[in-house]
Amino acid sequence: MAQQGDLLLQMKGVQKRFGGAIALSGTDLSIRAGEIHALLGENGAGKSTMLKILAGVHVNDGGTISMAGRSFQTGSPQASIEQGIAVIYQEPSLFLDLTLAENVFIGRQPMKGAAIDWTLVQNEAARLFDELGVPLDPKRLARGLSIADQQVVEIAKALSMNANIILMDEPTAALSASEVERLMTVMQSLKAANKAVIFVSHRLDEVFMISDFITVMRDGATVSENSVEQTDMQKVIKEMVGRELTELFPKTEHDIGDVVLEVKDITNPAYFRNISFKVRKGEIVALAGLVGSGRSEVARAIFGIDKYDSGSVEVNGELLQKGSPIVSMERKIALVPEDRRQQGLFMIAGVDRNIAMESFDRLKGKIFLNFKKERTLTETWRDKLSIKFESASDPVDSLSGGNQQKTVLAKWLATNPDILIVDEPTRGIDVGTKAEVHKLIDAAAGEGKAVLMISSELPEVLGMADRIIVMREGHQVAELSRKDATQEKVIAAATTGSKGA
Amino acid sequence: MKFKLRFTWDTSILILLVVVWILASLTTDNFLSSINVSQIFSNTSEITIMAFGVIFLIITGEIDLSVASVLALSSSMLGWSYAHGAPIWLAIIIAMVVGSLCGFINGFLVTKVGLGSLAVTIGTLALYRGIANGILGTNTINEFPEFWTGFGFDTIGTSFIPQSLPIIVIFGIGFALLLHNTPFGRRTLAIGQSPEAARFAGINVVKHKIIVFTFTGFMAGVAGVIYTFRFSTAQADNGVGLELLVISACLLGGVSIFGGIGTMWGVIAGVLLAGSVESWLTLREINAQWRTIVTGILLLTSVAAPVLINKAKAAKIRAGNRS
Repeated sequence: MAQQGDLLLQMKGVQKRFGGAIALSGTDLSIRAGEIHALLGENGAGKSTMLKILAGVHVNDGGTISMAGRSFQTGSPQASIEQGIAVIYQEPSLFLDLTLAENVFIGRQPMKGAAIDWTLVQNEAARLFDELGVPLDPKRLARGLSIADQQVVEIAKALSMNANIILMDEPTAALSASEVERLMTVMQSLKAANKAVIFVSHRLDEVFMISDFITVMRDGATVSENSVEQTDMQKVIKEMVGRELTELFPKTEHDIGDVVLEVKDITNPAYFRNISFKVRKGEIVALAGLVGSGRSEVARAIFGIDKYDSGSVEVNGELLQKGSPIVSMERKIALVPEDRRQQGLFMIAGVDRNIAMESFDRLKGKIFLNFKKERTLTETWRDKLSIKFESASDPVDSLSGGNQQKTVLAKWLATNPDILIVDEPTRGIDVGTKAEVHKLIDAAAGEGKAVLMISSELPEVLGMADRIIVMREGHQVAELSRKDATQEKVIAAATTGSKGA
Repeated sequence: MKFKLRFTWDTSILILLVVVWILASLTTDNFLSSINVSQIFSNTSEITIMAFGVIFLIITGEIDLSVASVLALSSSMLGWSYAHGAPIWLAIIIAMVVGSLCGFINGFLVTKVGLGSLAVTIGTLALYRGIANGILGTNTINEFPEFWTGFGFDTIGTSFIPQSLPIIVIFGIGFALLLHNTPFGRRTLAIGQSPEAARFAGINVVKHKIIVFTFTGFMAGVAGVIYTFRFSTAQADNGVGLELLVISACLLGGVSIFGGIGTMWGVIAGVLLAGSVESWLTLREINAQWRTIVTGILLLTSVAAPVLINKAKAAKIRAGNRS
């Protein structure tokens, strides 16, 4: 058994690239027994990649990892488990129709002769739950258990496999306040048992409440590692952001006109409450906030993919029927969705077919589609957006991410919308194409479209938006004008709900 | 590399069809005789008619196993209402309405109630034929006006063209245009390619699928009418097992069982290929077991080949676009 303070894990200069994209450019991390270590950073800073390398899902390209002083090559989840590393995912995957005890020992049931030793299974599970300080009955079924308790079962399972480093990726994201408290108790119990806990969280208040050490990452590298006494929230926020804005954001000033889109107090209790804002002609309004704060759901509700319980949406002063994308399209709203592969494109269909998808009215005569017009449409948008492909009938699946995103944009811009909603318009695309997409969005506003942009990338939000609305846990917590907005203010609002910073 | 693969399953099945015709005519005396060709066309007429609907369903990612039972129910309704004094034109309309209704019920259960189409149509496969049994029992009705039974059996003038062929051709052209040249067809393909993206594209997926189920039922009704007249028989066990031949023909014609891919002429070639092979083997007096084995191999090839071809093709294009 490790003593408190023993160095369990050390990562030095760890690198990882995916194709051309660098996910980790040299990350350091030291983990000692009996500590709770928070890993912080913006979306895309490389935290999840770090955890995945430790879990054996990815293999690092450079740098060294040592476990208890011995060099360790990751590569398979099995190898990581043998090293005592266990991962608790945000959404646990228990077998709902088995008992908790069965879940803890799934696939490794202790045998007594030819039969499973059920008494031992139950006693051991009971002992583990007891050790974690949670009154769970090993004999009950997993079905109906709260997410937090399911996580506890996963932790018990990890302990039964002799894990001494527990990784948790945003464990509290899906939990209610009381559940968070319970999970924190469990984390304290783990600490008392000289285990190490590494966890990723965007909720800074929690982080400061429970952690012993805080490591901040940015752009795939470690920025700082401090004990909690040596740092504070302001400092951490600065370290998370600390980046210069460049010409990546070719924002130009345009005339801002009348209100085109007005969202009035819409609520869908599962995702967001009392959201109200206006978007004017020629204006770019950004919805900022953490992943899961309800931004995409607001966009989906406006476009009519989902319904909302109360409130209303008006387009040019007239009420918009809810829950119908067809009506929303008639009212000249376009939504470039969050997930281009699942929602934005028909991956096996040709580029031409995808671009034409929303423009049938202009492509057909009385009944039949005019293939010549369709070809012209594809060529027009290929040239306007400089989309690169060999043949118009190539499946979009064969295009690069950036060209795929441009195809989705082309499809919607071809409808000449008055209101353009773009959700994570530059996720996972290279810097050059990012700048092009930003230019297109700016040009759309310049043509007098009202643009609503959702983005998890703060520089993008600050670089492009005329106004920023910050959401946190389904609530609208701040509204900042372009000149007032700073990264610190947005992060503070998104993570703690406070308006100033 | 500039080389580009233009070889698709639809084109290769056409080539296969021609090869089968050449081999068959070389190895038998009368494969390309007018009587035999006429036979091939008329033997496949119900399958072709039903396939025109089923192809749309498979493309949307659904399936209908009940088409042959719908055929039997329509046929029974046609016979029953004619035998009970309805004029023949009314009996024909009743048969088609019943077919459409059966399809609508399938579509409603699948989309509105949210059951899987495989489960629903296995159920209605039994249900619809059961109702047909309830209506006619073991009776057969085989007294129909000569004009109509002739229509099901005779050829046009002295040519070898069966009288039912023009109807098939008209439906074929209509449905081919619907699938390939209209927004409706594009949406059908889109739904099969990605139901989620279809929602984001503003397609009413539920309504669309109900329409497709309904006209699949309608086409099964039409097939029921043709079947009844061709054999001059309305009875409850008409067309047992045809649903598998219809689905086989679609797969043979390059329609993806996963949805989202398919062409009308591929399916027509698929039906003709299956019909031609069957006829060839019959003329060669090859016994039934072997015919079944050959059909099975053909079907497996048809399912495997497009997948393999598309994989190779996608890899080529991807290499080109990403370089």
